[in-house]
Amino acid sequence: MPATELRRRAAPPARHDVAAVRRDFPILGTMTGGKPLVYLDSAATAQKPQAVIDAVTRFYETGNANIHRGVYRLSEAATAVYEAVRRQIATLINAAAPREIIFTRGTTESINLVAQSYARPRLAAGDEIVLTAMEHHSNIVPWQLAAAATGARIRVAPVTDVGELDLGAFARLLGERTRLVAVAHTSNALGTINPVREIVGLAHERGIPVLVDAAQALPHGTVDVRALGCDFLAFSSHKMFGPTGVGVLYGREALLDAMPPWQGGGDMIAAVTFEQSTWAELPAKFEAGTPNIAGVVGLGAAVDYLGTLDRTAVAAHEAELLACATERVAAVGGVRIVGTAAHKAPVLSFVMEGVHPHDIATILDADGVCVRAGHHCAQPLMQRLGVAATARASFALYSDRSDVDALVASLGRVRTVLGR
Amino acid sequence: MSDLGELYQSVILDHNRAPRNCRRMDDADCQAEGYNPLCGDRLKVWLKLDDAGVITDVSFEGIGCAISQASASLMTTSVKGRTREEALALFDCFHDLVAGDQPPPAGGAALGKLAVFSGVREYPSRVKCASLAWHALRSALESGASV
Repeated sequence: MPATELRRRAAPPARHDVAAVRRDFPILGTMTGGKPLVYLDSAATAQKPQAVIDAVTRFYETGNANIHRGVYRLSEAATAVYEAVRRQIATLINAAAPREIIFTRGTTESINLVAQSYARPRLAAGDEIVLTAMEHHSNIVPWQLAAAATGARIRVAPVTDVGELDLGAFARLLGERTRLVAVAHTSNALGTINPVREIVGLAHERGIPVLVDAAQALPHGTVDVRALGCDFLAFSSHKMFGPTGVGVLYGREALLDAMPPWQGGGDMIAAVTFEQSTWAELPAKFEAGTPNIAGVVGLGAAVDYLGTLDRTAVAAHEAELLACATERVAAVGGVRIVGTAAHKAPVLSFVMEGVHPHDIATILDADGVCVRAGHHCAQPLMQRLGVAATARASFALYSDRSDVDALVASLGRVRTVLGR
Repeated sequence: MSDLGELYQSVILDHNRAPRNCRRMDDADCQAEGYNPLCGDRLKVWLKLDDAGVITDVSFEGIGCAISQASASLMTTSVKGRTREEALALFDCFHDLVAGDQPPPAGGAALGKLAVFSGVREYPSRVKCASLAWHALRSALESGASV
């Protein structure tokens, strides 16, 4: 055995240096309402490292020009940076080629693109789209629109009481009329990680394509589209430490090629006359109009930033933090954890007996603790689990024990404030 | 950030713990549902009016935060015995109190106990919680106008 391999084996597993990472995120050193910020809403949007903020600023200060049209150097450089990020994303998710990467405004727009351009022209009355009961509204409503326009219908795979997908029931829903499966990789409301590979396997046995909503997956780990085998994958820059207003749609080239453009405009055409226009090749066909260039540059910086971290160590840190937070929050009087799947991202949804989640969030906010309260854009899931709303603390690679301490201390005050 | 006590005043906490007129009404003259899409909270309001347009009974049912429950409860105690027009005028006063861009109106006397909701304006995301029951009341009164 070579000496280097021996050394590698002997080396202790790398630990995630969360203190160093926290220093990379300037907002974590700020105050809110006179209290140090305790940011526990990363599932809504993640904070940005200085490297991303700087990349966006630098682009506007020294690199800004429109892309794909200028013949001058500044525009060519902007185009090169933009296209480099496309290659970076293709590598990140192991797409077969950069032209399988479409930049959008976000996960929502990515899903709408597939619903309108892939599903809608293929759907007929009586056809079916299979979703799960834990989908975010953005993976429900676009399919409802396509279904309403075509007479297709939505079938919903149930979740269990602990918030896991009932895989057997899901498999039984797949039938002759199923045209597409759309499923969350990771639930935004509960943190449940779905068995995407099995889901794709079951669907592909019947020749059904699968769209994966990976918005909550990318911030916590790597996603390999070819290992998963999915046909479409959607995610957002802002949840993975990049700027808002940028998202990605991955699609298998053969599928994207066969799809008509969704929006018309500049940059997506080969030639235009008033009689007829011809479409540009992939990926430009789906990128009408000037995109969020600086946002894409920022996304590239976020991917670079993630590349400097040991993602396995980050995942171990987040798992440890979730376990600690789950135990300590569950021990607060009257609290019940909602969503206790075996495989979870660091998302902790909970309710407190006799206290509405909105009151919890307002009271926590007075202590500088930011949590989400409400239905988390997953009303059908809330209904299934028999709660009107939950409070949700969600963690990211910069979260640490001090955040959990602040959360638990503040939760302990909620009943006192409400005189209960 | 204002002090939490400004928001969660004792009258509000009391009405949250023991909401008044919190029941279904099967023989109502009009009813309406309030829905807050932000949090998914729903609230139903029932009204009985006499021939002169006076609200003789009012009740509500629903789930919501302390602010919305207390507001619904205090809404019922504030409009009972008032005419439809008086209740609608009170809606406007209450709306100005919690959501107006002007400082709270000096004529707070009309609001009575409802003035305890003055702290809500410091919490923009909670304004809808406080006004949910009032919007349902207005819908019920307006739908009931044609009955």
